[in-house]
Amino acid sequence: MSSAQRAEGQLVKQKPVAQKEVATISNGDIDLPVSSADLKSSRAEKLNRSAAAQIINGFALLGICVLAFCIRLFSVVKYESVIHEFDPYFNYRVTGFLTREGFYNLWNWFDEHTWYPLGRVIGGTIYPGLMWTAGVLYNVLHLLNIPIHVQEVCVFLAPLFSAFCALSAYLFVKEIRGQGAGLMAAAFTAVVPSYISRSVAGSFDNEGVAIFALIFVFYLYVKTLNTGSLAWATASAMAYLYMVMSWGGYSFIINLLPIHCLACVFTGRLSHRLYVAYAPLIVMGTIGAAMIPVVGFNAVLMSEHFGAFFAFGVLHGALFIRYVKSVLPAKAYQAAKTLVLTGGVAIIGVLLALITGYVMASPTFGWTGRSLSLLDPTYASKYIPIIASVSEHQPPAWPSYFTDIHVLVLLVPAGLAACFRPLSDASLFLILYGVTAVYFSGVMVRLMLVLAPAACCLGGVAAHEFLLALTRAIRAPNLAPSPVTDASVSLLDTAAAPSPAPKSKGKGKSSAAKAEKAKGKGVTAESMFDFLDTSGKGRIPRDVAWIGLVAATLGLIFYIGHCVWVSAEMYSAPSIVLQTRDPQGGVHVFDDFREAYGWLRFNTDPNCKVASWWDYGYQTTAMANRTVLVDNNTWNNTHIATVGRAMASPEKKAWQIYRDLDTEYVLVVFGGFIGYPSDDINKFLWMVRIGGGVFPDIKEKDYLAQGSYRVDDQAPPALLNCLMYKLSYYRFAEASTMVTGRYGFDRVRNTMIGKTDISLQYFEEVFTSEHWMVRIYRVLDRPNRETKLKNPRRAKPPRRSSSSSRPRSASGAPPK
Amino acid sequence: MSSAGPKTAGLDAVRGIFRTFAQEYKKTPSKIKILDAFAVYALATAALQFIYMRLVGSFPFNAFLAGFLACIGFFVLTVCLRLQLDKQSSDFKDLAPERALADYVLCNCALFLGVWNFIG
Repeated sequence: MSSAQRAEGQLVKQKPVAQKEVATISNGDIDLPVSSADLKSSRAEKLNRSAAAQIINGFALLGICVLAFCIRLFSVVKYESVIHEFDPYFNYRVTGFLTREGFYNLWNWFDEHTWYPLGRVIGGTIYPGLMWTAGVLYNVLHLLNIPIHVQEVCVFLAPLFSAFCALSAYLFVKEIRGQGAGLMAAAFTAVVPSYISRSVAGSFDNEGVAIFALIFVFYLYVKTLNTGSLAWATASAMAYLYMVMSWGGYSFIINLLPIHCLACVFTGRLSHRLYVAYAPLIVMGTIGAAMIPVVGFNAVLMSEHFGAFFAFGVLHGALFIRYVKSVLPAKAYQAAKTLVLTGGVAIIGVLLALITGYVMASPTFGWTGRSLSLLDPTYASKYIPIIASVSEHQPPAWPSYFTDIHVLVLLVPAGLAACFRPLSDASLFLILYGVTAVYFSGVMVRLMLVLAPAACCLGGVAAHEFLLALTRAIRAPNLAPSPVTDASVSLLDTAAAPSPAPKSKGKGKSSAAKAEKAKGKGVTAESMFDFLDTSGKGRIPRDVAWIGLVAATLGLIFYIGHCVWVSAEMYSAPSIVLQTRDPQGGVHVFDDFREAYGWLRFNTDPNCKVASWWDYGYQTTAMANRTVLVDNNTWNNTHIATVGRAMASPEKKAWQIYRDLDTEYVLVVFGGFIGYPSDDINKFLWMVRIGGGVFPDIKEKDYLAQGSYRVDDQAPPALLNCLMYKLSYYRFAEASTMVTGRYGFDRVRNTMIGKTDISLQYFEEVFTSEHWMVRIYRVLDRPNRETKLKNPRRAKPPRRSSSSSRPRSASGAPPK
Repeated sequence: MSSAGPKTAGLDAVRGIFRTFAQEYKKTPSKIKILDAFAVYALATAALQFIYMRLVGSFPFNAFLAGFLACIGFFVLTVCLRLQLDKQSSDFKDLAPERALADYVLCNCALFLGVWNFIG
């Protein structure tokens, strides 16, 4: 029951005088004639007020949704409507396939354009929720004769779902703490930077819909918990199915629910409603999860899910014991208990041994590597370099907590405390969610994303309590300190709680406790609550409350300001198009990636194979429409290691490897010309590590000079002669004099490169983008004999394909 | 042997407990009894399937899983309905029996739709 509803209930029970008082206070006149007619009119007024509150509430929510959508549009405004980064390109490509070929064909799609020569079974290895959502939306729009392109649907899907996410955060917290807290939580969620980072327009990634699904499942679970209705249980099972379809993070849910269930059982909060909420969800959710091909039988075979089954069993046991206890007379129950204890312990021991035996039998104890790297943060760096190599899988630095959740860092502890009073099943769930999310966010930067909604919900609860306490303190001194007026004030406040929302357009609502905590002090939200409960005594002085309110508002304004700034400046870059500002304030755009992929698309044979490091695989298949060897779906470590090995090998050996793989073009990303730091030279050590993990002839120490990685003349010969070094720095020295005036100066590494006269014998430069960020080389059919030849513009060997699409030769365009 | 004494005593105690249990259980309304029987039947079917799987093998694993989970799910839903209909339970004050039954039917539809899809 929401707090507003509760307040209404309270109201009805109150004496008429109190109602009249409330009504008149707002008008400021003090005459108190009490007649039954007056009573009726004041009651009607009350109804009007609550209706008005509902309307305001609705508009606040609408404002929050609009805000959530709009704050994510910076990327479109500043750049253009493009798909961002790496994975979204794959999702976009799959969505394109889905809209062309239909939903059913997606399940059977075997993609031969990637992982050459292995190919990839797309249908069975993706979480299709995102693509399905986009596909459904696309079809609906076309049904309404809105001829929108797939790309636009994909670009704007994530902002749309973040608006939905704000709504579900509202519903979730409303179930726990009432409307006011719900609105606060929704407002926080709408703009929380961590979530923005994965859901700006163009960021067409699983997380965009999955975070919504996550919160929605939680909402339905809590709703079921509060109502005990099987219909809500069905709904939560459906939402869980959608979550499983959308994101591998569903295992967070399937582990959090059992934790909550066990916590309820062992803290004496066992109820039949818990059973209705938990048990059907687990069974139906398991069937649902097993229907998604990428999960399949893992839903019952992997250890990630065993916790749920364990709690399922415990719940049944606990309920059965309770039932027996209620049926049997006390004496018989005692006798049964001793009997069961003696016999039961043995049975449980045997069962435990069986389960442990089964789990221990599998090499990773039945856990997937990714889950293990969550439980043991050092696991990935020890055993799975490919997971460790992704920057978003590293533990976060401390400042990123502030960047990503800002004032919520302060509000979360207050929210946790506030959830304890009063502690209900639902608020216990929120507490557990918050605590586990904090842990996971500490393991991986990426999982900050799971923390963000938890922080918003907890922050919403805390901010609500705080603002409520302050506004009550401000209003209270007007009235005689009688218990009746106190109750009426609480009514006013609950009605008023949502109303700040529209004034600040749903944004600046919350950061209450921040200011308070910033002052370092000890008044937490719960203690404020105490002041109020003691009706009158120890109340916050009015002026202090005003100061607190101003400080809280300032904190909220800073939060919004920070979120907008972060959204505009930090998280909106598509990473496909780069921008810099020169000292005069002009904007310089680097569009090299699309330039290079466009070149590949229009100048090469449609069947040719392109080798690059795996980061660029999705983009190459989506934008250039060419076959790649490896891509961002890192399902085959050996294949990636082969490419890494080729990049780390001397030219001849690399040429042999690429020839064996039918590769015609090699694409490298190079930032030394304009100072783009995430280029292949900086990623090179990971190629060595991953390659060396499979092929022992690649040894990391060969590429390090006394343990440090450097590209200048101190660099070891293995590095200077490896393919990646040659392809990156080929002809670079001459060109660099034109930018920096220094012969061979690398602007990323800030050093003179160690080898300037690079000649290629087995590869040929065919394309270099405007700012040298992407360089494409052709793998020659046979070695080049004239190694002294400086100018690569020479007759090409005849090619199989039609000569109409002859590659343009090197266009090492000089800079401005 | 000295252990024989406690053993028979223990057996007697068990028997006594079951007898009291049966007596107390007789007081349950017959509708609830029917639901109980239904749930026990579903559970027994699940156990049967599990034993069969262990004995014969789990080859069409999806078929086994669908059948097994259908029984478990049905059991769980029936228990839910039983808890909701039980007058003694104070957890569902404002839930009408008709509403509970409608929810139950809806839930079962969803469950069997899933099972039907998965059984292959």
